[in-house]
Amino acid sequence: MAAAMPLALFVLLLPGPGGWCLAEPQRDSLREELVITPLPSGDVAATFQFRTRWDSELQREGVSHYRLFPKALGQLIAKYSLRELHLSFTQGFWRTRYWGPPFLQAPSGAELWVWFQDTVTDVDKSWKELSNVLSGIFCASLNFIDSTNTVTPTASFKPLGLANDTDHYFLRYAVLPREVVCTENLTPWKKLLPCSSKAGLSVLLKADRLFHTSYHSQAVHIRPVCRNARCTSISWELRQTLSVVFDAFITGQGKKDWSLFRMFSRTLTEPCPLASESRVYVDITNYNQDNETLEVNPAPTTTYQDVILGTRKTYAVYDLLDTAMIHNSRNLNIQLKWKRPPENGYIHYQPAQDRLQPHLLEMLIQLPANSVTKVSIQFERALLKWTEYTPDPNHGFYVSPSVLSALVPSMVAAKPVDWEESPLFNSLFPVSDGSNYFVRLYTEPLLVNLPTPDFSMPYNVICLTCTVVAVCYGSFYNLLTRTFHIEEPRTGGLAKRLANFIRRIRGVPPL
Amino acid sequence: MAVSYCLSRAATAFTAVLLFSFGSVAASHIEDQAEQFFRSGHTNNWAVLVCTSRFWFNYRHVANTLSVYRSVKRLGIPDSHIVLMLADDMACNPRNPKPATVFSHKNMELNVYGDDVEVDYRSYEVTVENFLRVLTGRIPPSTPRSKRLLSDDRSNILIYMTGHGGNGFLKFQDSEEITNIELADAFEQMWQKRRYNELLFIIDTCQGASMYERFYSPNIMALASSQVGEDSLSHQPDPAIGVHLMDRYTFYVLEFLEEINPASQTNMNDLFQVCPKSLCVSTPGHRTDLFQRDPKNVLITDFFGSVRKVEITTETINLQQDSEIMESSYKEDQMGEELMEPLKYAEQLPVAQIIHQKPKLKDWHPPGGFILGLWALIIMVFFKTYGIKHMKFIF
Repeated sequence: MAAAMPLALFVLLLPGPGGWCLAEPQRDSLREELVITPLPSGDVAATFQFRTRWDSELQREGVSHYRLFPKALGQLIAKYSLRELHLSFTQGFWRTRYWGPPFLQAPSGAELWVWFQDTVTDVDKSWKELSNVLSGIFCASLNFIDSTNTVTPTASFKPLGLANDTDHYFLRYAVLPREVVCTENLTPWKKLLPCSSKAGLSVLLKADRLFHTSYHSQAVHIRPVCRNARCTSISWELRQTLSVVFDAFITGQGKKDWSLFRMFSRTLTEPCPLASESRVYVDITNYNQDNETLEVNPAPTTTYQDVILGTRKTYAVYDLLDTAMIHNSRNLNIQLKWKRPPENGYIHYQPAQDRLQPHLLEMLIQLPANSVTKVSIQFERALLKWTEYTPDPNHGFYVSPSVLSALVPSMVAAKPVDWEESPLFNSLFPVSDGSNYFVRLYTEPLLVNLPTPDFSMPYNVICLTCTVVAVCYGSFYNLLTRTFHIEEPRTGGLAKRLANFIRRIRGVPPL
Repeated sequence: MAVSYCLSRAATAFTAVLLFSFGSVAASHIEDQAEQFFRSGHTNNWAVLVCTSRFWFNYRHVANTLSVYRSVKRLGIPDSHIVLMLADDMACNPRNPKPATVFSHKNMELNVYGDDVEVDYRSYEVTVENFLRVLTGRIPPSTPRSKRLLSDDRSNILIYMTGHGGNGFLKFQDSEEITNIELADAFEQMWQKRRYNELLFIIDTCQGASMYERFYSPNIMALASSQVGEDSLSHQPDPAIGVHLMDRYTFYVLEFLEEINPASQTNMNDLFQVCPKSLCVSTPGHRTDLFQRDPKNVLITDFFGSVRKVEITTETINLQQDSEIMESSYKEDQMGEELMEPLKYAEQLPVAQIIHQKPKLKDWHPPGGFILGLWALIIMVFFKTYGIKHMKFIF
């Protein structure tokens, strides 16, 4: 009896497999992806996205178990009853004209916009406290967000996640354009990732390469999303995005060959064990034409085609979780090589040397049909010495006109002419080949009005100074150094004066 | 008789032996106590590192602060116990030819900025008011934890300041100054509120010794890079970056600290000798009269390193496999799904709805005291002038 009871107790206490202790198993999953897009200007854009999806309800009270979803952000959602949070730090500007449309652009500086849930009573107070907490988490001066730089948009910034009604009273938006992004903002951002720069795509996130870029934008987006296609339940989604644009001339030393090692000084070694998907996409649309071909090395196993931002694009896909990919070579270094036909352009540039030679720029270009080509050059005029100015400097300075020498295809083939037989106007330029004719055109000279010094000033200064010196200093000098004698009035005639004169010569006192 | 005599002899011998052993035990106790008195009684370490200069040509002040930050982290103080204040951003400054780096040695040997840096107060937040609030603990309630100095009476605090200074003041960001009297009063407030056990104050500015002249609180040791009337000089420029990288005093302090590891027994007297006049051109000074212990018994790691309580355990913990959790919750999902209707995303730009939405009416606030007073004055003057008989026509 006594032995049976402890046995019974023992059986009771044995837990079954798979957690009687977890009241509500909450699943979270991580997907990471990197998209490499060669840009038309020769630069390369890399966009990282790390998405942690947490399948749990909207209200967050009483949750204390965090697995992949970072605890810092989970507690924020609970404490301030957030519905959506979007925070971005950006340095630089996305040049849509040269680079094409971005996936997700952010304003330069720091931007924070938040939708609160409708259970919040004092939105402004929660907003102020939230910005202070975020400034501590991300080491940024977000505590400067107050009523002077916060607005409540009434028509835009609708929620990006699930929403049934949108009362804009619960939305707040602020931008701090002066905010600088540096490693101290990247470090806490990286620490929110489940694999935190140790494995997977986040090993590529090295600060000294990521900040040596034309555009750097890192963001955190939290919103509720549909759990599945039927959309009957809600999950929390945390997206951490990082976009950088590597400049061809700074990073690539002018060459357009890119590889992961050249961009990030790292290669991919192993996937993040906590990720359910870990992929690299390389944009290979539009680069299989005659002019130039883009070769991607190693060859992709699959490609993905879809309509992105209005155009059809093709992507080469590298799946890090595919064991064959990593086992072939112990690291994955994706290389993009351009195979272009030899250039048939020519550029010669000779920079100017002050007072020695001018700028010379000669370019041979092939103009595409039905297009407008603009060539512009920036130059500076060196500061002239005062003796080098012309007598009429306010007229301006001339810049010599540019010369355009062109071979224009002619509509009708011309026959070579005999110079002695044909009229003079037909034999100005020699014609070698009848299909095009040579023409030399000139632009207008440029008259630049530069600020001119006031040449009357030296004269004015000399006059003024001399006057002042003469009047003030001269008077004082005279007062201090002149002695005054009383002079007797002269009496006596000519004889007395003559006698005094002789006595003075002798050195004898006068009469 | 003889027996009692023997007994008494034995007893005295026994008591003599006992007394002797007691005496030796007591002597070792006294020695232990004496040792304890000289060992520091702190249980945690904090560091407040402040760079007060803005602009690119003051790169060296940021490099000074970051090199002390780096040493302090290396010797064990965690980021949560360091308050780092940098008045300008040099690493990602557009003028920095190597972004995300701050070098301390020329030829770019040592990047003191590193990959794991947490700057708590940066750019415009580095002000005299914020600095004094951090020291005294009087910060607004919404300040995050990383920006607070949560020290107690068993904390050893290291305070390092660098920038441009003069006789009795230190300049913050070219717009305000902190005087030595304010600093001394702040330390006294810290002492009164029991916010430190011992404090080491290091300052690397011109005429730095003037900043510690006015201290009057106990347990403060101070070091400065130059005496009153002397300038602290910078060390070496780097031709690629174009500015001076470090100040001399902090450069030699950094070299000294690179030799220290968490177990070193080097003491403060060695730190006092760090930069003699031949290397530093200025004369570094120090002040120990307020400090109770002898500097030769104070270890460098008492301030630059960290006391950690470590518990070693040999039991193993088995973590559960994740796949079991995922499978069980898959089933739960499928069961409870058909109950609710599908949710949908909000339309990003509902043009029709926006055009027809009415602008929100602003909440009506009653007129304030000024407006009421003004109208009362106008009405009073009117009735005084024209007489009360007009009132019935108005009301």
